[in-house]
Order: sequence, then structure tokens, then C-alpha cells
Amino acid sequence: MTKIEFMQGNTACAEAALAAGCRFFGGYPITPSTEIAEHMARRLPKMDGVFVQMEDEIGSIASVIGASWTGARAMTATSGPGFSLMMENIGYAVMTETPCVIVNIQRGGPSTGQPTMAAQGDMLQCRFGSHGDYGTIALCPASVQEMYDLTVKAFNLADRFRIPVFVMSDEVVGHMRERIEIPDTVTVVPRRPLEKGTLPFTAGADGVPGFPEFGKGYGVHVTGLTHDERGYPEATDPALHAALVERLVRKVEDARHEIADVTLTQPDAEIVFITYGPPTRTVRQVLHDNPEKAFGHLQLRIVWPFPEDVLGAFPHARAFIVPEMNFGQIAREIERHTCVPVKSVPKLGGELHTPDELLAVAEALR
Amino acid sequence: MSFKDWFREDRLPHIFCTGCGNGTVINCTLEAVEEMGWIRDTTVFISGIGCSSRAPGYITTDSLHTTHGRALAFATGVKLANPRLNVVVFTGDGDLAAIGGNHFIHACRRNIDITVVCMNNMIYGMTGGQGSPCTPPGAISTTTPYGMCEPVFDLSALAVTAGANYVARWTSYHVTELTKAIKVGLDTPGFSFIEAMVQCPTAYGRRNKLRQVSDMVTYLKTHALLLQKKQRMEEEGETVPADMFAVGEFVRRDRPAMGVLK
Ligand SMILES: Cc1ncc(C[n+]2csc(CCOP(=O)(O)OP(=O)(O)O)c2C)c(N)n1
Ligand code: SF4
Repeated sequence: MTKIEFMQGNTACAEAALAAGCRFFGGYPITPSTEIAEHMARRLPKMDGVFVQMEDEIGSIASVIGASWTGARAMTATSGPGFSLMMENIGYAVMTETPCVIVNIQRGGPSTGQPTMAAQGDMLQCRFGSHGDYGTIALCPASVQEMYDLTVKAFNLADRFRIPVFVMSDEVVGHMRERIEIPDTVTVVPRRPLEKGTLPFTAGADGVPGFPEFGKGYGVHVTGLTHDERGYPEATDPALHAALVERLVRKVEDARHEIADVTLTQPDAEIVFITYGPPTRTVRQVLHDNPEKAFGHLQLRIVWPFPEDVLGAFPHARAFIVPEMNFGQIAREIERHTCVPVKSVPKLGGELHTPDELLAVAEALR
Repeated sequence: MSFKDWFREDRLPHIFCTGCGNGTVINCTLEAVEEMGWIRDTTVFISGIGCSSRAPGYITTDSLHTTHGRALAFATGVKLANPRLNVVVFTGDGDLAAIGGNHFIHACRRNIDITVVCMNNMIYGMTGGQGSPCTPPGAISTTTPYGMCEPVFDLSALAVTAGANYVARWTSYHVTELTKAIKVGLDTPGFSFIEAMVQCPTAYGRRNKLRQVSDMVTYLKTHALLLQKKQRMEEEGETVPADMFAVGEFVRRDRPAMGVLK
């Protein structure tokens, strides 16, 4: 039985996390993400979970990583300035292969920018923001329902690939209230434990090692230094470093088609919109209002790893139109993977694209 | 103490310089852990970045070698998520007092049930001898070539003020007292802070006329002033020399603590 509710995006995110088994939240207040922390502060103590308000976002992500090593599903939520502060420890989670979920309710940047206005300006930061090379997963909901479903999915992906996973939402979806269907139970795919007798950082065929939970007798040493399969620091062996980093990138990139989550509309279209997050809603309106124009639409619910093969699902495309609430961050990634001309439609300032604006761009390309 | 149970022999040789004081502090800590009857499987060592923070890598328990200054925030997550684990943090004066200062204050305030052993060598050892918040006035480092001109941070006083349940300072010379203090710290519910003044012949001693390892140990021994004696001197109006530091137990109390197993 599903339950029908009318719920705010941020609340849906918190409820989804709880349904997925999240029992640790470390956070620091920041608009427009604060409702997630507030909801967790109310709910977690009654569910045998832990809520802790840390002294800053560096501490928040650190506490989340620490909690994860005890086996807990753990998360934090923030926005631009806090996300920037988390970058060093996000790299630590990548290097130590620590599953955790980081929600970024994006607002206008750079710097303090527009605390109460929506943006998608951190899409490259979540991919490349910490130093060094690595692979990452970023999910982008376009509705409150998707916020719920993708937050659950984020926890499963984090445990499956042993990486920090980003829910890259924004002020629009975070603060919007919509009807959603909440299922009785959600699918939870737990972490694969390390098999006894296997070295702690020896990866399986999928590039992911089993998880040696603290307190279970593994005696594992976890370090952000380049390490061998025993987990021991080995920071000057060029081949070892290269192999480790290549695995960290490939375990995610090689699985990008398994990870991909997209909706295709009108695959034989010539003019195709590509969106993630809120611009998805505007494009749906354009398609709805202009059925005779036969526009195509690709919605990416997971932007990283970028599922480049799906671009081929529009064999007649003459143009890809990419409306984004930033200066054209993912348009460039799309350009990298296609010979079809890409029309970036950036919109800064916090307001959504209007259907008329997008229709005009499409008409000009006819 | 059975070293085989606690040390990763397959990680030898270790990175510490000949004569470094860190080894003494690690020994005292493991001695105290063993006296407590703690076992490997439920004990976790956590650290930040620095020579001192390399300690957990040589110990056979689960261990988390984290980022510079952040060990206490990681430890907060570990301890709150699983209070059954005994958590000990190794840190250095730069790691704890400079980049990690804010986490230090708040871990003391929360009075989270962990024990912190800080190896204070008055210098940034790992990066080759830059000044730290604990470098004494006038001391030479690579970033204070004309002598340190900033005042020293009294880490133990900070821990007392910020709310830790147990605070003590000893040196690598006072191994018996240090071991006892760490044991009391492990045994005290809430935040315990043990500051161990240690010699760093390589990055500190060499530049400050304390070339021999024994010179710096002697320096620590002769500059340590028993807390009770210091208080008596102050009561009697005697001046306490500016380059001396108090050793002993600064506080033992029972403020409400977080992360204590109920
Ligand atoms: C964010 C960051 N900044 C700087 C460094 C470089 N760094 C490594 S160790 C260290 C100082 C360590 O000094 P201390 O904590 O006193 O430890 P010691 O080596 O003396 O034991 C610094 C600055 C780093 N690793 N990370
Ligand atoms: S540099 Fe100093 S602190 Fe570091 S290992 Fe050498 S003696 Fe010890």
C-alpha cells in the first residue's frame, strides 16, 4: 500500500533517507537545505538514530564518514558555501571508499550569492571539486516524488560502489510542495561485507572491495594516503598510485550504463531538449503545449557518470537544446559526446526558464 | 604488555626519526589500553595528519587516519554511531590547535566520550619544522627564522575551559605518570585530554641548540613544573619562569557527556 501525501521536497528527502535506513545525520544549518536537518533532528532520536549538529560543514562530512565506518547509513545536507567546505573530506571519502550521501540543495553562487534562490551551479563542482581524479555519482530530482525516489537510490548506489553519492537538488525542488506517493517499504541493497581472508582493499570484479566494518574484528587501517590492498600507506610507488586511482575512476565510469536513469520522449524528434532538475518541468510544459511540433526530450535523473550512449537514442536529432540554471555546465559535457549541434540555454538569477523562452529557442533552430 | 598483539610488525620500519618522542607516547598509550583490559576488536584509533598522526597505522586495531585537523570530527561520528567502540585519538599540536582548533573546542564542549592524546613537540614536524601555535616565544623554526613572536597556546587550559572531563599534561620523560594519566583518561566517561610534551630532535631540537636527543628530553624534564609546586610558588608571590610549563592533572570532573554507552 502506498500513502499519498502533500509534502515539501526537503521533507521528502529526509523521509526517504529514513526509509532507506539512514541512522546518522551530521549537519550544519544553511538555506535552502535546513529543513532536511530540522526534520532529521525531530525524527532520528525516536528511531534509535543519531542527529548531531556539528561546528561546521567540514565537521559534518567528517562525522558522516566516521559513522559510515561503523556500518551506519549516514548523510549530510547543505548548500553552496557548505558544499565548498566539504570538498577536502569528500576526497577523503573517495580515497577511503566510504559510502555516504551528500545532499546539495543548490542556491545561486559564487560565494554567499543568493541564499534563497535556486541554481544548478555546482554540477561541475560535485564532479571535479576535490583534488585528484575520481569517479562520482550525482542524482538530480525534478519533482518532490523524484526527490524521494532518488534519495533512496542514492543510499543504495553509495553502498554498492562505496563512494560519496550526491543528491544535487536545488531551492525550487527543495522548497516546493507536491503530491507524492510514499511506498510502504523501499528497496534497500546493503553493503557487501568484506570476506574474511580477503585483504581490505582488494577489489572484486566490479572494482569495489567488500566493506570491513569497524568493531567486527577486521583490524583495518583506513588512510587517505595512497595505500596498498592491505590499506597500508604506500605513497611513493608510481604504479600502485596509478592503479588505485584508475580503479577509483573506473569502478564508477565503467558502470555508467548500469547506473543511468533517464526518460526519453519522442526518440525520432529532430529538435531535442536535454534537461536535469527543474528545467525538466518547463520542457514538459513546452512539449505538452506544442504536440504538433514533435519535440524530443531527454531527462537525466543521474547526470554523473554521464550516460553518453543515450544521446544516440535520438538518431534524427538536428539540435540538442540544453536549458540549465547555470552558465552551461552540462551542455559542454554533452558537446564532448556528440556531433549534433548543442544549444546551451543558460539562465542565471534564480528564476526558471519560461516555456515561451524555450519555445523561441526551439523555433529559431527549425 | 604483549607487543605482538598491538603492533603491526609488517609495517616496520616505521617513519619516526631516531630519538623521536612519539614512540614513547604510543607505548604509554598501549600500556594504558591494555591495563584497562580493552581488546583489539572494540578499540579504534583515529588521527589527523602529522608525524604524531601516523601512530594508528602501526596498531593492529581498526583505525582511521583522516585529514589534517579533523580527527575529532571523524571520531565524533564513530563514537556517536557506535558507543560500544572505545575511541582514542592521536594528534599533534599543529593538527589539534591550529587547523583543528574549532573541532577541539567543540569536542571538549560536547564532552564526547573519547580520549585524546596530543603529542606536543612545539613544531610542525612532518612538513619540516614550521612554527606552530605551540612554538615557544623566541624559538627558531623555518617560518620564524628570527624567533617566534606569537604567544603560545596552552592546550590543556583550553580543554579545561571548554569543558573536558579529564585534562592532564606530562612529558615523554615522565613515562610512569603519563601512562597513569592516559589510563585515568580512558577510564573517565566524557572527553579526556592528555597532552604529552615530546622531543622532536629533527625539526625542533636541531634549530634550537638542543641537538642531541637527550638535550631535548632534559629540556622537557627541567622545564616541567609540577602543578602543585607552581600553585605554591604563585601563592607565595614567587615568579614562575616564563619558559616553564605545568605538569600534572588539571581537572577531573563529571560533567554530562555524550556518546557514553548506557
Ligand atoms: C589541509 C592541509 N594543510 C596542510 C597540510 C600539510 N601538513 C601536513 S602535516 C602538517 C603539520 C603537522 O604538524 P603537527 O600536527 O604538529 O604534527 P607533527 O608532525 O609535529 O607530529 C601540515 C601543515 C595538510 N596535510 N593538509
Ligand atoms: S620530524 Fe620530529 S616529530 Fe617527526 S618523526 Fe622526526 S623527530 Fe618525530
